[in-house]
Amino acid sequence: MIILKVFMLGWEFPPFNEGGLGTACYGLTKGLSKKNIDVTFVLPKKIDIKPEFLNKIIFANIKLKYIDSLLQAYITPNQYNEGVGKSGNVYGKDLFHEVYRYAQKVREIAKKEDFDIIHAHDWMTYEAGYFAKQETNKPLIVHIHATEDDRTGGNPNEFIAKREEWGLKVADRVIANSNYTKQNVIKSYQIDPKKIDVVHWGLDLDEEAYNINHKSPFRDEKTILFLGRVTIQKGPDYFVEVAKKVLDFEKGIKFVVAGSGDMLSRIINRVSELGILDKFIFTGWLRGEEVHKAFQMADIYLMPSVSEPFGLVALESLKNKTPIIVSKQSGVSEVINNALKVDFWDINEMTNQIVNCLRYPSLLNELKENGFNEVNLLNLDVPAQKCINIYNQVLEVR
Amino acid sequence: MVSTCFYFQVHQPYRLKKFSIFEIGQNVNYFESTNLTKYNNQELIKKVSNKCYLPTNKLMLNLLQEYPELKLSYSFSGTVLDQFEEYYPEALLSFQELTDTKRVEILSETYYHSLAFIYSKKEFAEQIILHKNKIKRLFNQTPQVFRNTELIYNNELAKTIEDLGYKGILAEGADHILDWRSPNFVYKPTTTENIKLLLKNYKLSDDIAFRFSERSWKEWPLTSEKYAKWINAINGNGNVVNLFMDYETFGEHQWESTGIFDFLKHLPKEILKHPDNDFKTPSEVIKSYKPAAELDIHNLISWADIERDLSAWTGNQMQKTALNEVYKIESQILKTKNKDIIDQWRRLQTSDHFYYMCTKWFADGDVHKYFNPYESPYEAFITFINVLNDLKLKINTLEVKKL
Repeated sequence: MIILKVFMLGWEFPPFNEGGLGTACYGLTKGLSKKNIDVTFVLPKKIDIKPEFLNKIIFANIKLKYIDSLLQAYITPNQYNEGVGKSGNVYGKDLFHEVYRYAQKVREIAKKEDFDIIHAHDWMTYEAGYFAKQETNKPLIVHIHATEDDRTGGNPNEFIAKREEWGLKVADRVIANSNYTKQNVIKSYQIDPKKIDVVHWGLDLDEEAYNINHKSPFRDEKTILFLGRVTIQKGPDYFVEVAKKVLDFEKGIKFVVAGSGDMLSRIINRVSELGILDKFIFTGWLRGEEVHKAFQMADIYLMPSVSEPFGLVALESLKNKTPIIVSKQSGVSEVINNALKVDFWDINEMTNQIVNCLRYPSLLNELKENGFNEVNLLNLDVPAQKCINIYNQVLEVR
Repeated sequence: MVSTCFYFQVHQPYRLKKFSIFEIGQNVNYFESTNLTKYNNQELIKKVSNKCYLPTNKLMLNLLQEYPELKLSYSFSGTVLDQFEEYYPEALLSFQELTDTKRVEILSETYYHSLAFIYSKKEFAEQIILHKNKIKRLFNQTPQVFRNTELIYNNELAKTIEDLGYKGILAEGADHILDWRSPNFVYKPTTTENIKLLLKNYKLSDDIAFRFSERSWKEWPLTSEKYAKWINAINGNGNVVNLFMDYETFGEHQWESTGIFDFLKHLPKEILKHPDNDFKTPSEVIKSYKPAAELDIHNLISWADIERDLSAWTGNQMQKTALNEVYKIESQILKTKNKDIIDQWRRLQTSDHFYYMCTKWFADGDVHKYFNPYESPYEAFITFINVLNDLKLKINTLEVKKL
């Protein structure tokens, strides 16, 4: 049997990840390794992965390569400039220079590695992928997890958008993580729809933290959870406005904001202005097990994202037996039937859904049980197999 | 001798418009949606009438004129008749033309196409009377044979219906109750004296209702010649073929382009080619044939899904909650003696509302999804429960006024 070898370019990996993207890359490589695909994963930055974490990755055929750089998954050019000041290792003058440096390093690595296909995740690795393709004449698949327009809530950095567009155009094939993202790609960059495949993410069902069964400390109070970056794209402001409305109907409820981001202080101010600060808990960033515990103690996970290319956390919530209310502007709403769905701006409808969930345990229980059963079908095999099919198609065409 | 007995179900619910918690107490009409077609009852009645009721009735009338042997039977819910009167009188008129031929029998059912038999015997009996009066007024007939909502049936129902004076009752010819027996005979329920039981031949019925346009089916395309041969084959081992189905099969579930109307057009001729075949209405079947045996059906059965049970309406917690909440306020509602409020409460009893809350999506989900105007069973529940809470508020307001 010929083993397919994939040269995969990413930029974050759990537990050092800021969003769902690192988790998604982890899941994809794990799923591929289960199907005997040989993956070489190139990360831009050296990260201290602890031994117990290494034990947890059971896919032995993965080689992790590190390149020193300041690249982070959700960095903006301004944040990068601040980081350069603080950090001891200064390599590039700005973010774009770092992207170029990463690409140059990848070109060198590609020369030495043996592989059949290149798979690059999001715009920062597209140039690297292109260099690897130039060097080896292997096909390039670019994976898009979010468009620049999406990440910035409609205020794209022009340069990044251009790099993104370029990468999508030079690629042999594009994989989008949802129809939602696919449509955005077509809309923003006029990419031929026939060139784009959709691969929805699956969930790592082996994760042990799902079995912790953490109990809420708020005995008689129900908990509504927001979890993610506190930034415009995720709709934390809608979460707060909904909280206010829900409290007009029902009293004994806690609202938990798990995460951090540029809008956090604004959100805290608004909560205080509305006079409901005593109903809120701000946890800051949660990692690893803490995320699962937060889901387990919550009664409802509300994801009011203005734009959510996929929304893997919503699947994690279901696996933790916490029903979800997700915005229709999300990829995850395409794959899950057993959820409540709502337009991110429709505060009244979210209130309608939440209050009824709180009042009618039968509604909440059905969402919980059926959502849990449904998410159990969405394992890592499904996206891995779809990617393998795409690899084979691309290689066949050649 | 084999008698073909057609019974067509004609029913449309009053669908609830999407109703939010913020609309409670705001005096919003639950049944009138102005924008979205999927909840717009007026639009839906017109659509189904134009695609199904009017063209099928026209064809049936021609067939009745062409073949004096042809007999048909229909069962109408009160809610569909109300909507014809309110939104599309032409549709009602075309059904009246059929019954004017005197060869079309109308069956009895609960006015609101409800599950009242399971939750309130008093309400159940009341809805049968309301229905009887409506049929008498619109069609000048008094039904003699009863069919319960979704062919839900058991011994106890047969006894109740016999006590109400009916001569016959219909049920699903489900495998698990028939065992080795054939649906092509008349039976007698064990618990009754005289009432007779007609069982749906689900194989032949579903060949038309569900499989007609299914290209992967080995009998596709189904012609009326072939179908008539299957009926002929029953000669010698059966008296009656009960073909029970939703009338919307013609033109709505099976679109005109599938050839369903052509099939129907030629069917009477093909069936009558065999000299031992004829057509009978349910009442005529009951008069003509003696029961072959007694049937003991203790657990409730229905004509739905693979399970032929009640799980499509009462299978999950939301459905149970919604049903309990509706029937819990029965005496409070009736005490108001307010005609509108009682009518609204009864419209909420229509089985479709609970069907929309069904979560058995992954087994036989397609059918459920197709008929569900709501985005999910959860949204169906939320709308329903909000409406019910609004109705409760109306009764409370009335009670306060009286004090």
